[in-house]
Amino acid sequence: MEFTIDWYFIIEKLLLISAVLGISLVVAMYSTWGERKVAAWIQDRRGPNRAGPFGLLQPLADGGKLFFKEEIIPSSANRFLFIMGPSLAMFTACLTSAVIPWGDTLTIAGREVSLQIADINIGVLWIMMVVGMGVYGIMIGGWASNNKFSLLAACRGASQVISYELPMGLALIALFMISGSLSLKDIVEQQREGVWFVLLQPIGFLIFLICSFAETNRTPFDLPEAENELNGGYHLEYSSMKLGFYLFAEYINMFISSVLMATLYFGGYAFPFMDKLGIDGNWLTVLGIGALFLKTLFFIFFFMWVRWTIPRFRYDQLMKLGWKVLIPLALLNMLITGAWILFRENGFNF
Amino acid sequence: MGIDMIIFTVLSAIAIASALGVILSKNPVNSVLCMITCFVAIAGHYIMLNAQFLFVVHLIVYTGAIMVLFLFVLMMMNLNADIEPQKRNWLKYAGAISGGALLLVLVAALRDASLPAIQGGGNTEIGLVQNLGKTLFTSYVVPFELSSVLFLSAMIGAVVIGKK
Repeated sequence: MEFTIDWYFIIEKLLLISAVLGISLVVAMYSTWGERKVAAWIQDRRGPNRAGPFGLLQPLADGGKLFFKEEIIPSSANRFLFIMGPSLAMFTACLTSAVIPWGDTLTIAGREVSLQIADINIGVLWIMMVVGMGVYGIMIGGWASNNKFSLLAACRGASQVISYELPMGLALIALFMISGSLSLKDIVEQQREGVWFVLLQPIGFLIFLICSFAETNRTPFDLPEAENELNGGYHLEYSSMKLGFYLFAEYINMFISSVLMATLYFGGYAFPFMDKLGIDGNWLTVLGIGALFLKTLFFIFFFMWVRWTIPRFRYDQLMKLGWKVLIPLALLNMLITGAWILFRENGFNF
Repeated sequence: MGIDMIIFTVLSAIAIASALGVILSKNPVNSVLCMITCFVAIAGHYIMLNAQFLFVVHLIVYTGAIMVLFLFVLMMMNLNADIEPQKRNWLKYAGAISGGALLLVLVAALRDASLPAIQGGGNTEIGLVQNLGKTLFTSYVVPFELSSVLFLSAMIGAVVIGKK
């Protein structure tokens, strides 16, 4: 069997993967700094301001501290699974970025380079899959610690993620009915030509937003790590960089969810009048990447804003909201979308 | 040996090894984790057949939902070996014999079956979402709708049992 390897293609993809991973990690790192600054601003404090100008070196100092701390593995813990927990959490957090279109194509030396690692036609389902796999990091870590508080938190986390996956999926189905495609690139291109999908799917966006909070374990749904009930949650027994990985994975998830909301509902790298500016080619692509990051930063800010404004839900309230409010609402949204599409295509003659 | 063959061999080896791990490991949680590995390896085979939709649904439903529930139940049980009731010997023999009989029937059934090789390897397009959806909702719409009614009745049944 003869096959030729397109070396440029492989180099291009490798560079893109490294860049995307690097950017995710840097954004997640500076989200920790941003979170403290936003918290300080909301609570009328100054926040970190000692390490470097505006405390900008604080994430590096924190990372260094975590790496040099003593590492303790409880003697009754399952050693292999105890290490696998945070590794899985990091792994699944980094998987999603593969299907996100970070920008239009760049033309480098006569070669069109797509700024999407994999334009597979199951793009959004891939994301649902990664969300589902994300439970394992929490569950395995919580169980392997051999501590009842960790186990309780792990069960809370798992049931929360499973419960909120359903309305999230139903909200996305209504979106697909409009877009007619599961590929994220197609979805962005349609918003570039038409209107942003948030205008067509306001309820769907609201449901997706609430579910994103629950899937990333952020306040008001941060029950798996409720420190005043569970002494810290599923990562109670973790120390040193393993704890760091769990916390870091949460920030990566937050970044990826923000990118997703921007991509699915707010036009991704497309911005209004982008085709009427009179510039094209690489500069337009660069502007598009800038637009995507602006939208993403807004959503990251929104995540933090909510965290420092709204108190935590009680567990039964969380379940009630998921099963009795969001799922019926998502089903209704799907029904209305279906009726609207039918009406638009053939009027009342069906 | 083409690159397809190499990937196929590696995936099959992982699938078989982890399937053996499911039945051979003493700790039930390890069994579940081996089963998850096995599912992921099988999902890799689907990708090799260009069945992208099947790949992702397999992972969402089996690894993302069903195995999480398995793990849930196992983690809540007390898995101490000391208080675990010892199984009687005849039970072990009965299990081994009935399992062996099932294997024999399966092998006998598959031995004479003609299993045509997939034509064109990974180039078939039926596994893509659009084609699969069109086939399901045109040629196979009755079985599709019937199975959805079946699922609905199973859901209602679960709710009724849960209410008792």
